[in-house]
Amino acid sequence: MIRLQSITRTFHMGDQTVYALNDINLQIDSGEYVSIMGPSGSGKSTLLNIIGLLDQPNGGRYELDGRPVTDLTEIEQARIRREKIGFVFQSFHLVPRLTAAENIELPLILGGIPAEQRQARVQAALQAFELLQRAQHRPAELSGGQRQRVAIARATIMQPSVILADEPTGNLDHQIGAEVMVLLENLHHAGTTLIIVTHDRELGARAHRQIGMRDGKILTDQHS
Amino acid sequence: MTLSDTLLTSFRTVVSYRLRSLLIILAMALGVAAVVMLTALGDGARNYVINQFSSIGTNLLVVLPGRAETSGSFLGAVLGQTPRDLTLKDAQLLERLPQIRRYAPLNVGAAELSAANRLREVTVLGSTEHLIPIRHMKLAQGSFLQHGSERSAQIVLGAKIAQEFFPHIQAIGQRVRLGDNRFLVSGVLAAQGETMGFNTDEVVIIPIDYAQAMFNTTSLFRILVETKHHNDIEPAKQAMLAILKQAHDGEEDITIITQDAILSTFDRILHALTLAVAGIAAISLIVAGILIMNVMLVAVSQRTAEIGLLKAIGATSSDIRRLFFAEALWLSLTGALFGFLLGQLGSQLIRWAYPQLPAWAPLWASIAGIAVAVITGIVASILPANQAARLDAVQALGKR
Repeated sequence: MIRLQSITRTFHMGDQTVYALNDINLQIDSGEYVSIMGPSGSGKSTLLNIIGLLDQPNGGRYELDGRPVTDLTEIEQARIRREKIGFVFQSFHLVPRLTAAENIELPLILGGIPAEQRQARVQAALQAFELLQRAQHRPAELSGGQRQRVAIARATIMQPSVILADEPTGNLDHQIGAEVMVLLENLHHAGTTLIIVTHDRELGARAHRQIGMRDGKILTDQHS
Repeated sequence: MTLSDTLLTSFRTVVSYRLRSLLIILAMALGVAAVVMLTALGDGARNYVINQFSSIGTNLLVVLPGRAETSGSFLGAVLGQTPRDLTLKDAQLLERLPQIRRYAPLNVGAAELSAANRLREVTVLGSTEHLIPIRHMKLAQGSFLQHGSERSAQIVLGAKIAQEFFPHIQAIGQRVRLGDNRFLVSGVLAAQGETMGFNTDEVVIIPIDYAQAMFNTTSLFRILVETKHHNDIEPAKQAMLAILKQAHDGEEDITIITQDAILSTFDRILHALTLAVAGIAAISLIVAGILIMNVMLVAVSQRTAEIGLLKAIGATSSDIRRLFFAEALWLSLTGALFGFLLGQLGSQLIRWAYPQLPAWAPLWASIAGIAVAVITGIVASILPANQAARLDAVQALGKR
């Protein structure tokens, strides 16, 4: 469960203070499927980064699974990112010199998991995302859809409880994007919390809960 | 992230940037190779000199007439007197000293040697049977002034002289004429070549009495003295000075040179030289280190997005720092080991080209070269590694 109380995040531009997030209160229960929408600059990506512990709020309180996480040390936050959170990015963010299998393996290496176990888990993930044929290919040799499948396999290899996707279909054409969405929604069906940031209304409408943002504030919060 | 995974991951990174890695490794290797080869040269020169010195004898003291200093304290010089001669009697006095194993008085001159219708000028050494062992000369055949024949007119020929005069027949037993005297060839020196600018292949050795008569002198050119032990050199020197001063009416008009003192001076000079060239070569290691720093800084900015991603999937700052450290470690260590091998190969080539030069890199230089290379590499990576570790994850991910 994610609970944000009075979360504020400011940036300084010259002598001006810009509120990327302004007093955000939000609770997302385990297993929810949430889309965050809004125009660019509305603070939706910043919100996602704070939920993913990539960014630190300037004020407010953030509890993840009942535990306050804002005051944790850098090492503990890294551990939470590793074990509880999976990121999926618009531009995939695959390491270009590593093969698909090696990219998927990265979180396991960072988690200090023994090599023998890693092999089995990577194989299972490759199979689950239909990448077995592409295991030894580098990202440059993969299509956009394949790249995002590798990225999703990497995001889920540690079996996180939350998947955070920032415009996951932004660099894909419509049909491939739809396939990727099905993969992500399957993760939600399996019980993972799924939070998607998008400015695509059609995509956002697929979520069971839609949050609309503008100027660092939550404007709408609808369940459908 | 476990240590072995860190090392393995960074090793893969090094391998995947093949050209970049090879160039850095090459720079590092050349630096280490320069240290190894230059110290091999320096130390080789040092050992060459030591070998040359010990080939003219060990535990050697040389007594020469006159005072080898130009201060005005020598009364004789003020009065315009020549220094007192060094005589055979003086030499015999030395024999009594307990530290001394043997001594050889020496006269040197030139005379015409003729035999078998051949004639040439030769350098004549007049001495006793001890000259040969003290000077580390070897007889190829025969003997010189063996027991019972100390007074006989024997002559030992240098290897080249013997070859020139008696190319086809046995030299020993032949009679030769040297100056106005006739000598019986009793031995032939083994070919030794030139040591310290003196070629023993083209000398002849005759008994000291004959030499002094031939050159019409009672004054010795040198007395060569060999002590029993290395530790005896300094006491022997003092004792000899005392005895000879007494014999010369209290006048200290002789000079004693110890081979040891000359040797250690050369040793110090050449050792300092070796250190100096090692230092100069080490500069190239620092340059290679700066190259590593430069390349790692470029790597950090090239891989900004990747660093952001690693943070997003749970890498800590110290994971990132260690990855960059390990990468620099691989580069410098590989370079250092490769350079060590290159340096050894180069030293081997020097030894092939100049067989008389024992160009072996000293162990300390090899170890220091490798250590400096690795340390430089690690130190050079501190700045880039910290920069990578400090990167803000959100901003880093935003970079493409």
